[in-house]
Amino acid sequence: MRLAKLALAGLAALAVSAIALPVLAQEHGAPAAGGEAEHAAGGGGHELLEPKGGWPHEDYFGTFDQNQLQRGFKVFAEVCSSCHGMKLLSFRNLGEQGGPFYDARYPNPNDNPVVKQIAATFVNQIPSVDPDSGDAVKMPAKTSDRIVGPYANDVAARVINGGALPPDLSVIAKARHGGAGYVYSLMMGYHTPPAGLTVASGQHYNAYFGGDTAASWSGDPRLKPPGGFLAMAWPLENANVTFDDGTPTTKEQMAHDVATFFAWASDPKAVARKQMGAAVIPFLLLLSVLVFLSYKALWRNIEH
Amino acid sequence: MSGPSTYEPKSGFTKWMDERLPIIRFGADLMDFPTPKNLNYWWTFGGILAVCLVIQIVTGIVLAMHYVANTQMAFASVERIMRDVDFGWLIRNIHANGASMFFLAVYIHMFRGMYYGSYKNPREVIWILGVVIYFLMMATAFMGYVLPWGQMSFHGSAVITNLIGAIPLVGEPVKTYLMGGPAIGDATLNRFFSLHYLLPFVIAGIVVLHIWALHVPGNNNPTGVSVKDVKKDTVPFHPYYTVKDGFAIIVFLILFALFVFYFPNALGHADNSIEANPLQTPAHIVPEWYLLPFYAILRAITFDIGPIEAKLLGVIAMFGAIGILFVLPWLDTSKVRSMRYRPFARSIFVVFVFACVGLGFCGANDPDKLVFKTQADQLALTYNNTNGQPQREIFDDYAAAKSKLDSLPPTAGAAIEIQSTGFKWLWLSQILGAYYFLYFLVLLPLLGVIEKPKPRPASIADSVRKKHGSAPAAAVAAE
Repeated sequence: MRLAKLALAGLAALAVSAIALPVLAQEHGAPAAGGEAEHAAGGGGHELLEPKGGWPHEDYFGTFDQNQLQRGFKVFAEVCSSCHGMKLLSFRNLGEQGGPFYDARYPNPNDNPVVKQIAATFVNQIPSVDPDSGDAVKMPAKTSDRIVGPYANDVAARVINGGALPPDLSVIAKARHGGAGYVYSLMMGYHTPPAGLTVASGQHYNAYFGGDTAASWSGDPRLKPPGGFLAMAWPLENANVTFDDGTPTTKEQMAHDVATFFAWASDPKAVARKQMGAAVIPFLLLLSVLVFLSYKALWRNIEH
Repeated sequence: MSGPSTYEPKSGFTKWMDERLPIIRFGADLMDFPTPKNLNYWWTFGGILAVCLVIQIVTGIVLAMHYVANTQMAFASVERIMRDVDFGWLIRNIHANGASMFFLAVYIHMFRGMYYGSYKNPREVIWILGVVIYFLMMATAFMGYVLPWGQMSFHGSAVITNLIGAIPLVGEPVKTYLMGGPAIGDATLNRFFSLHYLLPFVIAGIVVLHIWALHVPGNNNPTGVSVKDVKKDTVPFHPYYTVKDGFAIIVFLILFALFVFYFPNALGHADNSIEANPLQTPAHIVPEWYLLPFYAILRAITFDIGPIEAKLLGVIAMFGAIGILFVLPWLDTSKVRSMRYRPFARSIFVVFVFACVGLGFCGANDPDKLVFKTQADQLALTYNNTNGQPQREIFDDYAAAKSKLDSLPPTAGAAIEIQSTGFKWLWLSQILGAYYFLYFLVLLPLLGVIEKPKPRPASIADSVRKKHGSAPAAAVAAE
């Protein structure tokens, strides 16, 4: 009897691990063969880099540092946005609660002057139609407009980028294994290619990009370098973003901040979600105790 | 088992109603239903599953108010739900994780039924209806996973529809009807959305039949011994089991809430946050975790048998793995319901559960990758010799392989690749898949004949007394 109970309890534990473990296996699984194709596989087969201070937003009660989100947005606006859009976000999202430019004085983010200013002066303007001529024109963005990229369409983007399509960055942290850690590692992973690795023209070696270096490696295939090749040159190489809060501009700082900003943008309700969980789960625990006591009281005279 | 109704209408209205539509009587009898008093917590998963179905339908109806079934807009409309719809992130996280919770509960419910022999006479129809529900759940979940139109949605649906296309004669037309055209596109997405909305209500209808069929013979119980005396062996469903099920449901909801609030994407796949692109196939296409064991069985068949090709054989094995559940009541020849009294059956059942979980892991991993290595990686030099015969030489040392490579003429087409030696996931899935079928087709039918069951209690009341040591129990050798 005891054995059967043990077996059944083990079954429950197995059922839970059955759903958890394959997921973990996939999370840390081998990198995909990729090249230019957009794949979720990240890390290029080795441990991701971790910045000083880590990723507090990934903790159970973790939140985002608003200054860091502002710095991250500035890196996006001054560096990334020359090739990438974030079309699932509108400028007003930046001023919503939990966002980089949230200001309690402006519960409606469309009234927030900082957000208005950012939209109006954003480098990529919004494709529109001139009401006088009917011609296709570009207009400064309003707070309700999407954060678009610089290209008219994917074909134009590919032509300019040597055949590669710069992906939209709205959900980039959610769409890569490792999340913010992957973005940070990619930004810091433009190492000098090791001797024996041939890098094709227009391509750049990155130790953390999902891909395979085997075809370009002359040497023992067991010792091929990790990572892969991508068309994007190191965006931070010549970047020099001046942070408004006086934080010194270093490559690590820019990578850390922009990765954190992407983590927020991928899931802007994460903090609200975790806060609600911190209320719901204790409530359920308390309720379960009460119902358990009712159960005990009701069954106390029944042998079972 | 339910016996004559004990409900007596008291007020004028309830009397009037009782003569016209005895729906209050129906509810009262349902609540009063005599239920064995020795049910353990494994029996609470029926109630948990009812809650899961209601949660999925309610959240699904709200999501459908915001979702756009169009290949150009579906992905963005789901992200809009997560960002701009009030509490949309909550509703979607509940719905997406709710599917996993639903399957977790249904697997435990099914394993419970198998362990305690709940599918046996006179409960065969309850079991068969349950398998129908399970099959419809898989169809519904599969179509629901396509709707967000991510990379895994698209390419997963391509794999499954291709499988259906592999069925001889009917496969191709069925596949075309499913896709609504020659390729997966807007027509496919629209009909998947329509069916994904329809099937849960079909499931709800069959759940009603499932519960109806349950209320004819009544619940099985951990001893498998039938109710002998309603007074001694049972308690009314309400309040005794409403409160016990209620407790279990709340504990289950805590696990549910942990996923919804803290790990909403843990059960999903990062590739599905990339919008579907038909021209770009993800490196590893894997279904959701709850379909992985069947995916492993599908991929385990890499060999032809006679005129049947491996691909078709894999499809047959996969559908057979589900289909075999329909005839389980007749495959298990033992007269004893509960495996508590079947020591050998219990052992093979535990192995069966491990095999199912193991198949899940096999489904998640590349079949050609290794579970473990038996030695360090070596190098294999492949080339064609002067007669054009392909050759393969193994080296430990790279320099040796390289010098041999350099000595060969360019026409040999020589190349060095890594040779890994170890145990493949494919072999593990073949072993576990074989056990899956062995369990149903050989072990269960055989055990009923050769196994000598342990003595069982005379009644439920007796088993309870024995447990508490309040009175000696008279055991019987056979039912």
